[in-house]
Amino acid sequence: MYLYDAIDQRLVDERVRQFRGQTDRFLAGKLTEEEFRALRLRNGLYIQRYAPMLRIAIPYGLLSTKQLRKLAQIARKYDRAYGHFSTRQNLQLNWPRLEQVPDILAELASVQMHAIQTSGNSFRNTTTDQFAGVAADEIVDSFVWCEILRQWSTFHPEFSYLPRKFKFAVNGARRDRAAVGVHDIGLHAVKNERNEVGFQVLVGGGLGRTPIVGTVIREFLPWPHLLTYVEAILRVYNRFGRRDNIHKARIKILVKERGAERFRAEVEAEWAHLKNGPATLTQQEVDRVAARFTHPDYEQLHDLDLAKLGSFPGFAAWLKRNVHPHKVRGYAAVTLSLKKTGVPPGDVTSDQMEAIADLADRYSFGELRVTHEQNLVLADVRQDKLVELWREARALGLATPNIGLLTNIISCPGGDFCALANAKSIPVAEAIQRRFDDLDYLFDIGELDLNISGCMNACGHHHVGHIGILGVDKNGEEWYQIQVGGNQAPAALGKVLGPSFARAEVPDVIENLIECYLERRDSDAERFIDVVQRIGIEPFKEKVYGKADHRSPRRQRDAAVA
Amino acid sequence: MARLIIGRRAVSETPPSPDEKVVRLEPADDPGKVAGELAGATRVEVNFPKFGDGRGFSIGRLLRERYGYKGELRAVGQITRDHLFFLESCGFDAFELREGEDAEEAIAAFGDFSESYQASPARPQPLFRRR
Repeated sequence: MYLYDAIDQRLVDERVRQFRGQTDRFLAGKLTEEEFRALRLRNGLYIQRYAPMLRIAIPYGLLSTKQLRKLAQIARKYDRAYGHFSTRQNLQLNWPRLEQVPDILAELASVQMHAIQTSGNSFRNTTTDQFAGVAADEIVDSFVWCEILRQWSTFHPEFSYLPRKFKFAVNGARRDRAAVGVHDIGLHAVKNERNEVGFQVLVGGGLGRTPIVGTVIREFLPWPHLLTYVEAILRVYNRFGRRDNIHKARIKILVKERGAERFRAEVEAEWAHLKNGPATLTQQEVDRVAARFTHPDYEQLHDLDLAKLGSFPGFAAWLKRNVHPHKVRGYAAVTLSLKKTGVPPGDVTSDQMEAIADLADRYSFGELRVTHEQNLVLADVRQDKLVELWREARALGLATPNIGLLTNIISCPGGDFCALANAKSIPVAEAIQRRFDDLDYLFDIGELDLNISGCMNACGHHHVGHIGILGVDKNGEEWYQIQVGGNQAPAALGKVLGPSFARAEVPDVIENLIECYLERRDSDAERFIDVVQRIGIEPFKEKVYGKADHRSPRRQRDAAVA
Repeated sequence: MARLIIGRRAVSETPPSPDEKVVRLEPADDPGKVAGELAGATRVEVNFPKFGDGRGFSIGRLLRERYGYKGELRAVGQITRDHLFFLESCGFDAFELREGEDAEEAIAAFGDFSESYQASPARPQPLFRRR
């Protein structure tokens, strides 16, 4: 955990006071709905379909057990005793009362947490690899760089009224587990030939209604220049990004409309003025931030042969899917799955949060991480404790061995909660999980990302699912468009299979896609996405739409007009 | 009700004098274009036509940091108390609040935050160089 110093704490406290004043002014009729909207959004407060929604920041997904217990308490005291972990590694409360939000923020501040800039047209939570600091393929500990960016992006005076929201992702390992290609700015740590650390800078990626994979605008940015360079990018965006149309306001549209070369030239011209200026990072600052992170006090252990830990039914499957290698001998990282069938993806109750905090205290140095796939990770578990942990996690319903598999579905809250949604997401996720509940079958299918968004804003990242499902509205009815071939990293966008389906048809369609894959794969080692990349989407399309006799007359009519 | 703040004090508006030279910039304007006029300007006004239009913040910083403007820099348009802290950080020292805002009340907003992480005209050294 990064531990706040007195100034970090003071700024968060001041924000609580500021927001309390704004809420009071709104409740007293001194601010209009519209004006208060712009202010509350800077504090993660939405007015949703049925109630307000408060999005609490979990910077780069890192949480202490003290913080998790506080979240459990807050959810119990101010909400309906559960929360929802989002793909930005944040936590959402679905039923808080507007007038109590300042009190919630004050409680959060007491454990060094906040809801600053979790919505609105400013910098959002920087996301990163859930295995930062423990991954064997680490180049840098990305948490340190995320925290440096958190500070730079918090209450940035020049960039607090951007044309649109702005998302950073940082990846510090060789393998990209942060999906840097689908962020406004993606930073991928690299080392040059002299072994110096820098960042490959991607810009203009994103999902939403215009999905685009980011462009590399700098192959190697030496780390001292990180802040001046991103400041140059942001200044170009702040001045020239479109403000006439909310759907064209993201930086990806600016990069696309200007062309990457012209955009790069403008950034370089701006950077020429800022480079080596006061915002240039120093080794002292990087060391200071790094030193404020707590680090596990690892014991000297040896790696164990995990296969020999025991032959309990279900344990091997969990080891295979939910246990991950660790850079320190004798340790492993463990994913607690929040994707049990019947539970909305990413949802946890207050009781579960407290139980998870107990697990993290006993097995993982009192810390845990939220993943962008909406699961939780205990990053520092002793290998000789894995059996014990598995038993406890299983009893809590958190040991579903489906990480990386079809039922580890990423889903937005969808039409059950969200005012923007065209269709529900959660019941679709559940129907698919029920269809594929046979573990042997699930393991046979192998690695497969299935992502669901309830509207084109793409909070469920459907474009980068190997199979993506998008809720669409047709004349007031909920329909679902299916995409195939997306990938998180290296980023690739799925292609739409064809006309959309009614909700009840979706599990059949997924089953058809899976059958097609199983028929076409060369071997077990060839994953679904590999097959799509090898043979294209045509065979999948045929499998799904080709069976004309299976189509109802209505289906055919819809297909004709859709 | 005063709507003008200069140097963190509410002031009643003074009628324009005939010899004052005001340079006015709209959000899309390039401050570099008026660099030559800055030395002789009584003040520079930057317009914020909408609550959420943040282009003027960049203009303020550029005028102060790149073009060396030292005179009065006034934010005009849809300025509310909720903008003041950031505007001042970006180099503005005069604020013409929009209709309905009370300058006396709004002045408290300069104290919303006691520190900033970033380098800006108000704090040329970022916090990490002062910590």
